Amino acid sequence: MGKAKLEDKNQNISVEDHGAEHDHDHHQSFITKYIFSTDHKTIAKQYLITGIFWAFIGGMLSVIFRLQLGFPDMELEWLRPLLGKWITETGKLDPEFYLALVTMHGTIMVFFVLTAGLSGTFSNFLIPLQIGARDMASGFMNMLSYWFFFASSVVMFFSLFIETGPASGGWVVYPPLSALPQAISGSGLGMTLWLIAMALFIASTLLGGINYITTIINLRTEGMSFTRLPLTIWAFLLTAILGLLSFPVLFAAALLLIFDRSFGTSFFLSEIFINGEALPNIGGSPILYQHLFWFLGHPEVYIVILPAFGITSEIIATNSRKPIFGYRAMIGSLLAITVLSFLVWAHHMFVSGLNPFLGSVFVLFTLIIAIPSAVKVFNYLTTLWRGNIVFTPAMLFSIGLVSFFISGGLTGIFLGNSAIDIQLHDTYFVVAHFHLVMGSAAFFGMMAGVYHWFPKMFGRMMDARMGYVHFWLTFIGIYLVFFPMHYLGIAGFPRRYYSFTNFDAFNIFTDLNSFISVAAILTFAAQLVFAFNFFYSIFRGRLAPLNPWRSNTLEWTTPRFLGHGNWPGEIPKVYRWPYDYSKPGAREDFIPQNVPLSVTPESNLPSEKEKVDAENRRTKEKSVNEK
Amino acid sequence: MIIGILAIVYRIHGLVDVARNTHQKRVTSSNRINAVLLFIFLIAGVAATIWMSFSWFDLYHLPVASEHGKSTDSIFWITMAVTLVVFFITQILLFFFSFRYRYKEKRDAFYYPENNRLEIVWTIVPAIVLSLLIFGGLKAWNNLMDDPPEQSEVVEILGYQFAWRTRYPGNDNQLGAYDYRMIDAENVFGMDFRDRASFDDFSPREVHLPKGKPVLFKIRARDVLHSVFAPHFRLKMDAVPGMPTSFWFIPNKTTEEMRVETGNPDFNYEIACAELCGRGHFSMRLLVVVEEPEDYEKWKSEQKSWLSNNPDYLSKVPEDLKELALLKTGLDKQ
Repeated sequence: MGKAKLEDKNQNISVEDHGAEHDHDHHQSFITKYIFSTDHKTIAKQYLITGIFWAFIGGMLSVIFRLQLGFPDMELEWLRPLLGKWITETGKLDPEFYLALVTMHGTIMVFFVLTAGLSGTFSNFLIPLQIGARDMASGFMNMLSYWFFFASSVVMFFSLFIETGPASGGWVVYPPLSALPQAISGSGLGMTLWLIAMALFIASTLLGGINYITTIINLRTEGMSFTRLPLTIWAFLLTAILGLLSFPVLFAAALLLIFDRSFGTSFFLSEIFINGEALPNIGGSPILYQHLFWFLGHPEVYIVILPAFGITSEIIATNSRKPIFGYRAMIGSLLAITVLSFLVWAHHMFVSGLNPFLGSVFVLFTLIIAIPSAVKVFNYLTTLWRGNIVFTPAMLFSIGLVSFFISGGLTGIFLGNSAIDIQLHDTYFVVAHFHLVMGSAAFFGMMAGVYHWFPKMFGRMMDARMGYVHFWLTFIGIYLVFFPMHYLGIAGFPRRYYSFTNFDAFNIFTDLNSFISVAAILTFAAQLVFAFNFFYSIFRGRLAPLNPWRSNTLEWTTPRFLGHGNWPGEIPKVYRWPYDYSKPGAREDFIPQNVPLSVTPESNLPSEKEKVDAENRRTKEKSVNEK
Repeated sequence: MIIGILAIVYRIHGLVDVARNTHQKRVTSSNRINAVLLFIFLIAGVAATIWMSFSWFDLYHLPVASEHGKSTDSIFWITMAVTLVVFFITQILLFFFSFRYRYKEKRDAFYYPENNRLEIVWTIVPAIVLSLLIFGGLKAWNNLMDDPPEQSEVVEILGYQFAWRTRYPGNDNQLGAYDYRMIDAENVFGMDFRDRASFDDFSPREVHLPKGKPVLFKIRARDVLHSVFAPHFRLKMDAVPGMPTSFWFIPNKTTEEMRVETGNPDFNYEIACAELCGRGHFSMRLLVVVEEPEDYEKWKSEQKSWLSNNPDYLSKVPEDLKELALLKTGLDKQ
């Protein structure tokens, strides 16, 4: 009863919305159409372009610190116009600025590119289009979400240029280092701006997340049951839930840190003597911060990777011309990962002074979460098996994602085992691990998504051949950068080191470090191919066919250039799951979700035939009764 | 300029495509090229992995010099063996399937939506393998994190920006009390000289350890987080301001033995910092010398207590303990 009422209400809302939108369409100003837009498609593009901007900034920062790591003797005077006093008088990179680069690279990539750029773009773009809705549940909140993110971006970007430098305590900003400006100059104004930016960012994520969840639960079109949702939508839903439950905890941590920094509290500070002065703080615990941070921090890596999984599930099925193998197992593994991701955070803290018994509990959960992850990989492999694979750029990036996820996931089995982690913790082994499993894999998910849905976003095609070049250079480049880092890590090289020459044990592999740097710079340069292809194709790309990948999901039933409201007429109804590819007997090798079972008698499975028969009987009875 | 040229090339190539009508086709020749490239990547990748792993082995493999390190290393290599098998199988399948099942106009893909038996198999098999790996790991972990043996040699390691200091308990085998408010330029530990146990504590420049005996590192930090990382001992533990931590282990090779084993006459054990602590994070080096127990005892007996090196601090000793302090530090003889 209650549910029916709610649905009624929703329909009313969308009908009203629809009416209103038509009026608006004619006299929308530039500002309401492109800047303060409430259209989910425009907001998605705003997220995407901001994300691309940040990806180039984040990548550039890594190029600068790779110069230092690969060529420690290099004269960097030529960077002075860009970096100013952060180049020392001897023409070297300042060690504190090196740390600032590392910190900002991490923050930007994890939050601004792979959270906002990935989730923000594709959740916004695909949720209404794939579930058959005119827009998000609240267009206004959606707009707010983007502009909070934009404000956060402005603050974070501004912090790169201030006198004392941006935050430099690592992307995890552990106190006391991050709490004490006297410990490192980046912990002054830079850290304050970091915290403000993150607070804004969290507000943006929460506004977005609530909207995604509400939209998916309430605005699905007729027939779009949860068991007919594309895996993309399942992934976005669970991502939003993860964010909603974990980001507030980061907010709490940030707030307490603000208190410790500015108002003299001692949540994280205790018994500190620094710069010839004993601070009054007693009784706080830096470990408390680590718990709070990683309570977000670990779900965060799944916030980053789940949307990428959703996107690749869709793309691999479409381009293998096969149903995704084990649809229900895929949903099950997403659910298992979602739940377990809240129970593994302390595996980042095995050697932090954590109670060792607690450590063993987290070992257990950490290795359990490897199981659903493995299931996903096996399902992807089986989907490819006996397919009829079309290598679009999106498909190649998806295959690349699976490869990275395998390579990086397996090293997680080492790190999750506390006894092995003692040696490997905070070494380059960890750097290699997470850059493959979460950084590069999620980045590839994002790229796959851009190549796949570009035609729907802009009504034009990206150039496939440039896409291939981009893929191959990036795929090979990323492996050349991160695979050798495993060896550095096993040899004990610690992370976040400005140079390795102070230690006999680490004064090896200098050639390898130079090699990694060269590979990193080339990989970064290869992204320019993408940038050119992307921006050129927006304006000059070939006009896209309506369904270029011969895909089943609803977004491909919309017109080429779609206005506010997505479908000019009625919203299509859904009659089947989204993975009817190469169904035996079917005329084509795909049957879109909006094609009724009754018009495809040649390919219906026995259970579907029964359904059609039952339906026919009912309509017959109905017409008899009416007579 | 470059962008301009790129744009022109791109434009021409687009026009040629339109002329040839290639974009109307379902797949072009690039499908085959990509499939072949994926296959080549697989072969090259596997070859490169094997080559790097063998030819760099001596570089990346650190000889292990502690008792627990032997067991954690063996778990490491067992895990390596298991994961490498999975790595090769899954990567080979991924790239091989991609190559083998590339698009052919006449072939239909196999409609194969699910198989619950398969799902169950590949849920349970990893679960079993992972349990076995965890079992070994947790056993080693619990042994290692258990209370240290009674007669362990105690060494205190203090991290600060940007160096380490060490303190030994001296003849009474007891480290003196400390208070961070008593820290000053000389008294880096904040030793509290109202505690008689601190009179004979000594603070050498390097850590000396006896071979074959349990050693307990008591770890502190006084400003920000640091982490004691001794790669050859497979030892790492954070140093946390306000919360002392510890790590015990048994070094089982002397420095001399390691020099022979590594063929490097200049070999030294080192401790590095593994938790980002600021500007000088990369330079917190502490030398460790492992020697035969007799040599160690001899070295220890030669060390002069901190108080005897800094007699000014006698003024901090309460009147009733002054005599004891003079006696313990040997300052009474001067």
